Order: sequence, then C-alpha cells, then structure tokens
Amino acid sequence: MDIKDFKSNDEIAWCPGCGNFGILNAVKKMLAKLNKPPKDILLVSGIGQAAKLPHYVKCNCFNGLHGRALPVAAAAKIANRNLTVLVTTGDGDCYGEGGNHLIHNIRRNIDITVIVHDNQIYGLTKGQASPTTDPEYVTKIQEEGVVLEPLHPLEMAVALGAGFVARGYSLDIEHLSWLMEEGIRHKGFSLIDVLQPCVSFNKKNTFEWYSKRVYKLNDDSSYNPEDKMAAYEKAHEWGDRIPIGIIYKAEKETYEEKRGLSQRIPLVEEQIENIDITSVLSEFM
Amino acid sequence: MANEITMEITGEAGQGMQTIGAALCQMFKNVGCHIFANQDFMSRIRGGNNFFQLRISDNPLFTLRQKSDIIIALDKASVALHRLNIADGGILILDRKQFNITEEDAVFFDIPFYDIATSTGGSKIFINSVSCGAIAGITGIEFRYVDQAMGVTFAGKSDEILRKNKDAARSGYDFVRNNFKRDTFRVTTGAIKDTRTLIMNGNDAVALGAIRAGCKFYSAYPMSPSTGIMEVIARYAKNFHIVVEQAEDEIGAVNMIIGASFAGVRSMTATSGGGFALMTEGLSLAAMTETPIVVVIVQRPAPATGFPTRTAQADLELVLHAGHGEFARVIYAPGTTDEAFSLTIKAFNIAEKYQIPVFVMTDQHLADSYRDVETFDLNKEKVQRHIISKEDSKKIKHYKRYQFTESGVSPRAVPSWIEDVIYADSDEHTEEGHITEDADIGRKMVEKRLYKKFSGLSQEIERPTAYKLEGADIVLLGFGSTYGVMKEVSDTATDKNIGFVHLSQVWPFPSSEMVALLKDAARVFTVENNAGGQLARLLRRETGFQVSGSLLKYDGRPFDLDDILNRIKKEG
Repeated sequence: MDIKDFKSNDEIAWCPGCGNFGILNAVKKMLAKLNKPPKDILLVSGIGQAAKLPHYVKCNCFNGLHGRALPVAAAAKIANRNLTVLVTTGDGDCYGEGGNHLIHNIRRNIDITVIVHDNQIYGLTKGQASPTTDPEYVTKIQEEGVVLEPLHPLEMAVALGAGFVARGYSLDIEHLSWLMEEGIRHKGFSLIDVLQPCVSFNKKNTFEWYSKRVYKLNDDSSYNPEDKMAAYEKAHEWGDRIPIGIIYKAEKETYEEKRGLSQRIPLVEEQIENIDITSVLSEFM
Repeated sequence: MANEITMEITGEAGQGMQTIGAALCQMFKNVGCHIFANQDFMSRIRGGNNFFQLRISDNPLFTLRQKSDIIIALDKASVALHRLNIADGGILILDRKQFNITEEDAVFFDIPFYDIATSTGGSKIFINSVSCGAIAGITGIEFRYVDQAMGVTFAGKSDEILRKNKDAARSGYDFVRNNFKRDTFRVTTGAIKDTRTLIMNGNDAVALGAIRAGCKFYSAYPMSPSTGIMEVIARYAKNFHIVVEQAEDEIGAVNMIIGASFAGVRSMTATSGGGFALMTEGLSLAAMTETPIVVVIVQRPAPATGFPTRTAQADLELVLHAGHGEFARVIYAPGTTDEAFSLTIKAFNIAEKYQIPVFVMTDQHLADSYRDVETFDLNKEKVQRHIISKEDSKKIKHYKRYQFTESGVSPRAVPSWIEDVIYADSDEHTEEGHITEDADIGRKMVEKRLYKKFSGLSQEIERPTAYKLEGADIVLLGFGSTYGVMKEVSDTATDKNIGFVHLSQVWPFPSSEMVALLKDAARVFTVENNAGGQLARLLRRETGFQVSGSLLKYDGRPFDLDDILNRIKKEG
C-alpha cells in the first residue's frame, strides 16, 4: 500500500503547527507499511483534538463519546478479529474521562493498539489542566497552579501488566511510526503515549522543551525492555531527560486466545438465521 | 380435594429456599399441575427472612395470593412472621422441638425436620428434602414424582448426595402419610399433558430469546435483578459461540455492545435502573451513530439503590426519555414469560431494521417468577437480518453510511465486507459520516433519526391485549408484569365484570388502538407498580384519555390477586 491510499479529503480542523500533524503523518506512514487495505483497518476515537484524527485518514472510523473509545474498540475487535483496530485518543479522553476503561482493557489484553496524543493540557475546551499537566502549571481554572499529582500513565500501564508500553514524540515521525508498527505487531494491548506539543494552550511543554529533553531508548544498548523493574524506573523518568521508545514489552496470552476466539471463525461471520435452541429448551422441561 | 393450593416455604437466607422451590416446581409440573412460583428474598446472602410462594392449580396461573394454605417454617422467626398469612383452613408446618415452641395453635402441624434430616442424611442440610417429601405427602402425590424431581434438582451431584436427599425426602413423605390425616390438600393430577412444557422465569426467557435471535456479544455489569440473564447466556455461550464479557461498569457495557454491533454482530446488555442511568449517554450514541442495540431493563425500586431484590415499574418515564437529544426508540414491556422470549427476538429484529436502540423492560417480579409455559413456538418470531449480505457487499465500492432515504434507514454495511470504508460519528455528520456544521444537513439528519424512523416504527406496533372488554364494569390497564394479576382478576372476580387491556409495547404508543379500546369503557383503572401512575400519564399525554383512577403499589412487592380484588371492591 501507499500513503496515498490512506488519504482522506476531510478538512483538517487542528491549529496550524499542532503536534497532532506529526502523529497523523506517522499513522499514515505506518499504515502504508502495514500493507493492509483501508477497509480492514478500524480507527476508534472518543472526543478531543486527538479524536478527530480518524477523519483525516481513509480507514473505517468510529468516532464515539468522550472517554469511551476503548470499550468500542475492544468489542469491535472481539466481533471481528480480522480488523486491525487502533484507538487515537488524548490525555483527557483516555487518562481522565475514560480512565476506568484504560485500567480494565489493559487487564483484558485484547489485541488493539492505543495511541494517546498526550499534550498535557485540554485543547478542545481551551486550556484547562489534564491528568498529565505538570504540577504548578497555571490555567484559567487552576489559577494558583495545578495542585493534583500528575497521572503517570506508563508507570500505571507497566504496573497493570500491559504487554507493550511505549512513548513517542510527535516531532520524530520516523521513530513514532516505527513504534506504532511495533505496537500493532505486538499481540495484545499496546499503549503508546505520544508527547504532542499544543501550540495554543500549553506554553510550558513546547517543541523546544521536549526536543531538549527526549532521548531514544534504542540508543542505549544496555536497556532491556523485558525487565519489568527496569521498565518501571524508566517509565518514571521525567524532567531533564525523557525517554522515548519501547519502555516495556512482554509476550502474554491475549484475550482472544484465552477465550478461544482465535480458533473459531470471527463472530461476525456466524450465520444466525435459524439457531437451534431445542437442546437448551429441553433443559427447562 | 383442592383444585388450587398455595404453599409457602420460609426461613433464613442460605437455608436453600431456592433449591426446594425448584424441586417443588419440577415435581408438581410432572404431576400435571399448572404452577406459579415467586421467591421473596432480601438483599443478603445469609439470615433475614426469605420465602418462596408456590401455587398449583388445574388452571393456568399468573400471579400470587395473599395467603397460603400450607406454610412450612424452616426457622423459628418465620412462625411468628408468617402466622397471619395462613388462609382459612390452612396449616403451618414447623419443627416445635427444634424451635422450642410449646404453645398450642390449631393451625400447627409438627414435623421433626431436624431429627428426620439428621437421622436419615446425617446433616440438617437435608431438611429441604424432608420438606419436599412432606409436601408430596400432604398433597397426596405418589413418591415417584419426588424421586424424579430430586433427580433433576441434584443432577450433577454425587450418587451419595442424591441418595441421601432421596432418603430424606422419603422419610418426610412417610412421616406425613402416617401422621397427617386430612385430605383437604390432595391435588388432582393431569391438567398439563404436554411433557415439553417448560418451567421458566422471565430472565431465562429473555436470555433464550437473545440466544435464538443470534446475539453473539453480551456485555453487562452484574446488577440485581438482571444478572440472571447474563448467567443463562454465559451457561450456553460456548455452544452458541457467544462472547459474554463482564464490563468494568455499565458505561463500558453499553459502549462495548455498540462497538460489537458496529462491527456487524448482534449485541445486548441488561441492567436495572441505576445501571441504566449510567448507560444513557451510550443510548444517545447508538441513536446518533445509528448502531442497533438491545438493552434490557429489569426494574427494581429506586431512587438510588432502592430495594435491590424487589420489584417496581417506576422506570417507564426514565426509559421513555433516557438519552440526550431526540431520536426514535422502541420499548417493549412483556407481560409473560412467552412474551419475554418472543419480544426479545423482535427487539433484535427491529433494532437492526431501524438501526436504533430497542428496550425490553421487565421487572424483578417477571424476571424471578417461575411459571409453566407451553414450549416456545420458534416460528412465531423469526430472525430477520437487515444488513448488506457478505455476498452483496463485495460489489460496493462507494458507500455512504448515512445516505438519505425515504424511510430514514440507510443500508447498513459491515466494516471490511465492502470495498469502501465506513465512517460513523457521534458529532452531527454528513451522509458520508464526516463531521459537519451545516444547518441543512443537521436538520435532515434529525428528521431521519426521529420522524422518518418513527413513522416506520408506528406501522409495526405490537397490538395491546384486550380481554373481556364487552360489558365490563371496570377495565384494568397495565404494561409489563401486571398482565398476570389483571388476567386472574378478570377470570376470578365474581361480583363485577372485569376486563383488561395490556400493553406489551409502550413506545411508540398505540394511540389510536387504545382510544378505540377504551372509549366505551365504563371505568378504566391503571394497575401500576409505581407511585406516579406513569402509564396513566403517558396515556393522557398521547391520547387525551383520562382514566378513572390508578391502582398503585410502590412498596417493592408485586401485586397479588387478593389485593386487586379488594381494591376493586372498595372502588364500588
């Protein structure tokens, strides 16, 4: 497939210079490489700037409710395991409104890939603190600065036993698209948190701020992403140096395997016109 | 000889009322009696006071009685609690020695349950089977029916357990045959001839309807009194290739069924009022994205946690209005076990045909009450699919998910089956499914989802049941589980002619039909398990028809035959 095969004609409604453009380009680049036709790919999103992304790609798209992309995506995958299912979501959508679904879908370990556009701020509602906003950051609502402890999504994912935990940076499209590819290749739930500068509302975590700090885990040959304790420490690293790359990776049995779905035809292929329930009825006689 | 007997077994939670109840239902069905059984239980696992009422008769039964002819008290507290529930000429069976009760009472009949259970089985857990045998003895049925019922009830248990239960039942049976000399409670046999007759409750029937309808994905969060549906579907899930997924919360459950349905699979959830409240945003999503879903609401009293294990019909207005925005919906309210089965199948068909959320509203009373029902006619409500077939899909190169049509329904394709991609959106969208702010498109989309679909749905309304309206002094009107009590009241009232109208579909409301049925009625009373008279209000809103009054009950308990008969007497 070619990038052009995934071109959508929908007008893009992001601010000029938004970090989301890098993520969009990485998604398209990865899809072209994946070599599956658009009709076999499903992008699911909730609400927020990140959630608009599926419209800017030619793929199946389900743009649902704020915070609720994960249950939709998980069940669509259960219904038709031949679909490659990706979720594009934001820090508010996934870590705030939809936090409970994130926790439990990591536990479910369905084979879906979740890309979180993490700009550490609420963009669509114009600049309130998100679960990942740095402490003391001042907004129109948090007038004296953020007092809540920031959520640490990658530490949380490692602790919950997610099989693929990674961080990307929206300015490094090549690296990000590779991470997405690895995430899709991983059998089971994959979480990719993407540092995504918000040019309109986050005046602290800018392109310059991130670019000075990020470093690639690939450059450190001593780092072993299969070592859970090391991964936990790496996930915690934030401040002067911010690691990007695969933080944690573990092969685990997927939901589909555990529930025997992999051995049967996809649910959507089942003929349902005349299901014989006489044997069940006889148990009630 | 009696052609109708009401019996009650009462004790603490954890004493196994459910097991005895199941055994007795099985036994009397095999004898050929019609049965109706309801368990009144508290929201606790041990202690308190629970009871199981079982009616048997030559005639089909649909509801409860206020008083019982035979009461078996399994603990001391039950004796005082249920003493006043004994019908004229009835008996209260108790273990005086064990309960340390010395006073005399003409209604007492003493059976040393504890001693019999421990001497034959070696443990007091066999008290249940002793009582089963005792009831068989009192009602004069042959022991082979007890034997058979024990076999069914303890199927899958070890031979030793089965044998001990049968021995215990035999001892109870023999004790009664030797010591109980009245033949008042002897039952006639053979009213039911068909061995394929089912014993089932409303939750079972909904679950079987869903399996038959081709539901392949079920997601829910456990909530009384709806959990039984999930248990039954889960029991058969492997055989029928159904995925049952316990969601993290009801919000997850409703969004999961929307996801699976979008991918082309028939999907359902069930809950009660509180869980349904959490789902409401999702209903709106299903409506906006035009994704078919079936939601079962097994009502219980509220607000908030209410009485978790009891019954109500107080969520009619909630379900009518749930979800933000305006969209077409259908609400079924089955009155009986067989309707619960067939309307669940219809719910799937209609949801798919119109691409809307469809609701099946039951309540704890219908959900947990057991009746004998003729085996289901599988040809009555057939599965009809309304998606573009896989074969036809291959030819589709350009697809608009929300294409404007005369009927308001756009042909629905399954992702990956067609050659094009599918966009679905919760934002207002174009025919292609892309986000739009266009006023004209917005207006047309509202009309598509509300007016056009509603107009089609209005042609497919389940007809209300009308019974004995001709010459009726009073016409009762109800929806859902009150069918049972209205039916028996109509059949048994002697001093007045009582007819009834029952709605098994409350939305779209069958307005013209209701006016035609009720306009000549002398007096109309709604029968509702709520405090607001919600059905009476809906009728007035939709037709202008004002009922004479409402017989309401909002104490968490179901209506019984005597209650309505008394209230009608009072109405004069």
